[in-house]
Amino acid sequence: MTGAGWIVMTLSVGGITALLAWCIWKVVATPGATEHLHTTAGDIDTGDN
Amino acid sequence: MNKKITPPERWGTRLGVILAVTGSAVGLGNFLRFPGLAAKYGGGAFMIPYVVAFLLLGLPIALTEWTMGRYGGRHGFNSTPGVMRAIWPRRITPYLGVLGPLIPVMIYMYYVFVEAWCLGYAVQYLTGGIPSSTDPQDYKTFFNAFVGNQQDGAVFNQPFNTALVYLGICFILNFWLIYRGLNRGIEWFCKWAMPALVLCALIVLVRVLTLPANPEHPDQNLLNGLGYMWNPYREGQSLWETLADPEIWLAAAGQIFFSLSVGFGIVITYASYLKDNDDVALSSLTAGAGNGFCEVALGGMIIIPSAFIFLGPSVVQNPPGTFGLGFVTLPQVFESMPMGRFVGFLFFFLLFLAAVTSSLSMLQPAIALLEEGLGLGRKASVAFLGFITAVGAGFVIYFTANYKALDTIDFWVGNVCIYVLATTQVILFGWVMGIEKGYEELQRGGEIRIPRFVMYIVKYISPVYLLAIFGAWVYQKFIVDFYDPDTTSYLEQLADDRVVQFSVGLIVVTAIMFTLLIAQSVRRWNQLEQAQTEVKI
Repeated sequence: MTGAGWIVMTLSVGGITALLAWCIWKVVATPGATEHLHTTAGDIDTGDN
Repeated sequence: MNKKITPPERWGTRLGVILAVTGSAVGLGNFLRFPGLAAKYGGGAFMIPYVVAFLLLGLPIALTEWTMGRYGGRHGFNSTPGVMRAIWPRRITPYLGVLGPLIPVMIYMYYVFVEAWCLGYAVQYLTGGIPSSTDPQDYKTFFNAFVGNQQDGAVFNQPFNTALVYLGICFILNFWLIYRGLNRGIEWFCKWAMPALVLCALIVLVRVLTLPANPEHPDQNLLNGLGYMWNPYREGQSLWETLADPEIWLAAAGQIFFSLSVGFGIVITYASYLKDNDDVALSSLTAGAGNGFCEVALGGMIIIPSAFIFLGPSVVQNPPGTFGLGFVTLPQVFESMPMGRFVGFLFFFLLFLAAVTSSLSMLQPAIALLEEGLGLGRKASVAFLGFITAVGAGFVIYFTANYKALDTIDFWVGNVCIYVLATTQVILFGWVMGIEKGYEELQRGGEIRIPRFVMYIVKYISPVYLLAIFGAWVYQKFIVDFYDPDTTSYLEQLADDRVVQFSVGLIVVTAIMFTLLIAQSVRRWNQLEQAQTEVKI
């Protein structure tokens, strides 16, 4: 692999990984992101009588 | 009709909806199609048009879909026809959204069969059913027999064809999860399937990155394999010469488009189940980044380097199509690899998980229309959709010779219809809703600030970009191919081939069915609105 190949691979893989890590951090840092915000599983009604 | 007042269905958690949308987008294209295209179109050079397409096309359209979906949900609509009606209340508008339920349902009819192949291959790796051979033809023969693509009806003619059994398992699993609903079905499954998928991919990645060089060909080593994937030029061609080829831009835009599942009518429905002030800006960016991570950091590092080490440069220079690469070439690679059987199982199991999360998302838009438009309960909606998709899937798996039915539906629905729906959506957002109102909607409850200039990209650049790609694609498929004596164009096939005509007929009949369902839904929505107005008076 050439030097340019290393640069492209590092920028591509590192860039998308960093973006995802930042996004996940922002989401998880928000209070309630992993809690039930709206309804609980038991609240869901299938609409069938 | 259900008389009970039930709370509107909602996602359980922020993370859940993000994983569900990411799961919808992550599929075979991330792990098979992307590396194949990158290797074909100049390796690392492919990343330049790929990133441009992500920024100018994929991300802006994803933002519009999330925003429009939540806006429609706030007005009580979950289906694309309903959401479009909420944005532009005209008589014609719901009918513009007919592609919203049509596209995912038609794609499901063949996608569930591919999902069954992935499950079948994963099980065959565990039970030792995959051939152990150095002859590539053995893998091709095994695959052809498994999917029955030698002649029409081959799958049904065999006394006990395992592909049908796996198909049945996939159908039952998908509809069971859909019946359980958004929260207990789709979200619950995606919350464990997506981490499991990434874990499987990471294990396979570690195996690939620790592979020794091919003992018979020392040049076929990991670094040279990575070079084939990431060096930004082809042999004898500079970076600029590679980028001057219009095909690379077309291929990159197409990959971004299909990879992010924009224009499928899925994200609109998923986002409609958010609450009024739930964030869409960060969620859409996270889902896009999750999809990109699976594609670039996992898919881009696994397939091409491992195929290069064991099969040499000739295979990676001209990689076969997605199915050939996944189900014929890769089993040869796994067979040559230490611990290859286990790695093969993990790889096809992760493809199976990716396929299930995608196929679930293909069913929900039609379920949303049946429930909100016709007022059906979940049991009736699932039964109705199950019958329709079973008939369609039965058609696809009967006409398996050369994947003719699958290929035809993919061409007309998975290409033409998607471009049309995506263009309709960006025009509706940028020109009908307007970028001022659209931006206000996008930022409502937003946890990150999207720069305002993105709205100008949505209004001006994305539609032009879309039309340019679609125009170039139509020119290639309908004009260049038509005058090429070595290629049978899709128009010629439509005129001459019985299976192609039946497949297009199936699409038309399904489109008519959804149009009638929308007409009935519009009548019901009008009656409900009239009743609400009378109550207020």
